[in-house]
Amino acid sequence: MKSSALVFLAAFIALSASWGGFVLAPQLQLGRAAQVKTVPAQDNYPVARPGLAAQGAEVYRSLGCVYCHSQSVGQDGVNCEIVLTDAGTNGAATLAVLGKLNAALARADTLTGLPKVLMSVADMNAADPILKALGSAGAKAQVVVSALGPDIARGWGRRRSVAQDYLYDSPVQPGTRRVGPDLANVGVRQPDVNWQFRHLYAPTSLVPGSTMPPYPFLFAERKLKPGQPPSPNAIPLTAAGVFFDVSKDTGPADRELVPTDEARSLVAYLVSLRAEATLFESPFTAPAAPPPPATNAPAK
Amino acid sequence: MTAIPPTSPLPIDNSCRLPLFTLFGGAAVWLALSSGFGLIATLKFHAPAMFANCASLSYGRAFPAWSHLLVYGFCLPAGLGVGLWLLARLGRVELAQPWLIAVGAKLWHLGVLVGLIGILAGQSTGFEWFELPRAAAVILFLAFLLITMWGFVTYTRRTQASLYPSQWFVLAALLWFPWIFSTATLLLQIFPVRGLVQASVAWWFSGNLINVWLTLAGLASTFYVLPKLTGRPLQSHYLALFAFWTLMLFGTWTGIPAHAALPAWMPTLSGAARVLMLIPALTVGASVILTCRGVKTPCAGGPLCYTKFGAACLVLASVLLAISACPQVSRITDYTWFDHGQNTLRIYGFFAMTMFGAIYHIVPHLVGPDRVCPRWMRINFWFVMPGTLLLALPLVLGGVAQGLKLVDASVPFVAVAKSTLMALRISTLGETMLALGNLIFLFNIVGAIVSYYCSVGKAAYTEATALEPARVKA
Repeated sequence: MKSSALVFLAAFIALSASWGGFVLAPQLQLGRAAQVKTVPAQDNYPVARPGLAAQGAEVYRSLGCVYCHSQSVGQDGVNCEIVLTDAGTNGAATLAVLGKLNAALARADTLTGLPKVLMSVADMNAADPILKALGSAGAKAQVVVSALGPDIARGWGRRRSVAQDYLYDSPVQPGTRRVGPDLANVGVRQPDVNWQFRHLYAPTSLVPGSTMPPYPFLFAERKLKPGQPPSPNAIPLTAAGVFFDVSKDTGPADRELVPTDEARSLVAYLVSLRAEATLFESPFTAPAAPPPPATNAPAK
Repeated sequence: MTAIPPTSPLPIDNSCRLPLFTLFGGAAVWLALSSGFGLIATLKFHAPAMFANCASLSYGRAFPAWSHLLVYGFCLPAGLGVGLWLLARLGRVELAQPWLIAVGAKLWHLGVLVGLIGILAGQSTGFEWFELPRAAAVILFLAFLLITMWGFVTYTRRTQASLYPSQWFVLAALLWFPWIFSTATLLLQIFPVRGLVQASVAWWFSGNLINVWLTLAGLASTFYVLPKLTGRPLQSHYLALFAFWTLMLFGTWTGIPAHAALPAWMPTLSGAARVLMLIPALTVGASVILTCRGVKTPCAGGPLCYTKFGAACLVLASVLLAISACPQVSRITDYTWFDHGQNTLRIYGFFAMTMFGAIYHIVPHLVGPDRVCPRWMRINFWFVMPGTLLLALPLVLGGVAQGLKLVDASVPFVAVAKSTLMALRISTLGETMLALGNLIFLFNIVGAIVSYYCSVGKAAYTEATALEPARVKA
């Protein structure tokens, strides 16, 4: 290659192609995304975070939380289950319909102990004719859609993250490493503000074995005068410097940890992280799992 | 500008001295400092509560300080310095406006410093590999333009019409960086795009920076230094051309990780490009093997050693990149330390090692033959080479082990996190060796520069204070 024009042309073609692909194209495809309605509830999604939580997003960015925590739930697919909720008045007709679908279901005890999962199907298209057939026999059934995958099983979310979840975030911090657990839904798992404060101050005291560093600089320690009540949101400490436990410790708390403005906004941001609206592109109908006791707790 | 184009290397080296001293000296300082932050970050996995009261030294700030100093402090100035030298040497022309280039280099280092202060003060942007705050980004961009402008002027003044492969790579790199950097600065900081488009732009930028820019700048050096040191012609220009084209065509698409919540065609396309990056990497490997075949030049820790090890690391990193692009593998390695290990191997193992080799080859031309101690150069190699492997390979292997546990939801998350600690602690050892090696590098480079200026000063002093021969005679 003797001509410098060729070198520049090669570089220009290669780089402009990927610029068009990964900068321009997503802007055209996603750049004008707007608030949508959830299905079937028809709520607005996403909604802007309240002021304190919006400030907390800045603290999250500033402290580099993204180097250890992703905010992006993955899923491997969906599980569509047909659940029989009402056998109807004509049990024989319902059993006849079920027998056509699967001979093993055409037994009288299928119709007892409702609601009952009848079968799993590939998708909603496969479910529709079955629902119609059951409906014509007088029975009632519904489809329960739930996401699958290790992230879902860990209780990190009820569906995968989609572009809509990040619409109002700037900077968006989906993250690329999970040194700590995913936080896309930490506000669902652990909405308790006091738990979050304590966890930031001393992670291992709440999650034994946690590798997260403590963040004592987010708190101001204050000595309590005898009889003085602790400040709102403050963490009371005993004289030994451990968390004051109302059920065990007797007498008044010795000191208190007052969360700084950064801590309060960061925690407000954390509990505002809830990416579990049912959207058209990521539907699910499974009932909410009960929240696990702690952020790092194993999936049951 | 002399009327007769210089054909002897001496005036060319003279013109390169000041800007290259500025670029290499600053790069060596930032590299040593980056290792310090790297050590602080990795020590958090031994004692999470260490420096817990200091927000600036928390993991989330020490880690980006490490990567910022490594990439913007060391990699870019070192690559620019080597690139300018190649443009001057291969074009057989003096470097244009060395003073202005030196000013640009100083400005660049100022931008790096502003970025470092910003990150430590909590002003990082939150995008990996692009943490520097807006003010620093603007300074760096202007500094790059100032340096690049005179690089292009040098290129157009060349007296050697035909182009050598290294020149293609340097020119492409000079075009590449302003484009990706201005896109990232404009669309992420000045007029931020909305929602997940930000992540796409940031990933496009970091893919282009790490997988393309560093490779372009590094290979420019490899293709020059290798034939110089082995005394054999490059095997062959066609292989280099093929690597050049395929690297740019495929490398530029590699940024988007497989798990991205973007439209599915984007991570899929990126995955395909990551696999195709094997083509330029294996081509480079073949070219290096063919060029070095049958060469009796001893390696023993000299620039040749650095360059060959760098090329081997490029091939290894690209193989890892290709493997992790397969959906069955990326399902496991995504979100683990694997990617970081692969990146470390690419940045330290390939780029930094190649740059060490090139700088140790270039600096003796600038300061005179005996001012870089060959023994310390070899000692430097025996610190950074094992250091790189000890840093990167545990992360890669530990990442796979971590990923296998992460996809198994029956393993509690705390157990997953704890299982990576052993790998991370071994990599601390590598980081320590690298830190020592980088200090030796700093010592070698700054020592050579200082000793050069001392001798220049001494000569000037002797000349100024010497009795005039005429008067002595009288």
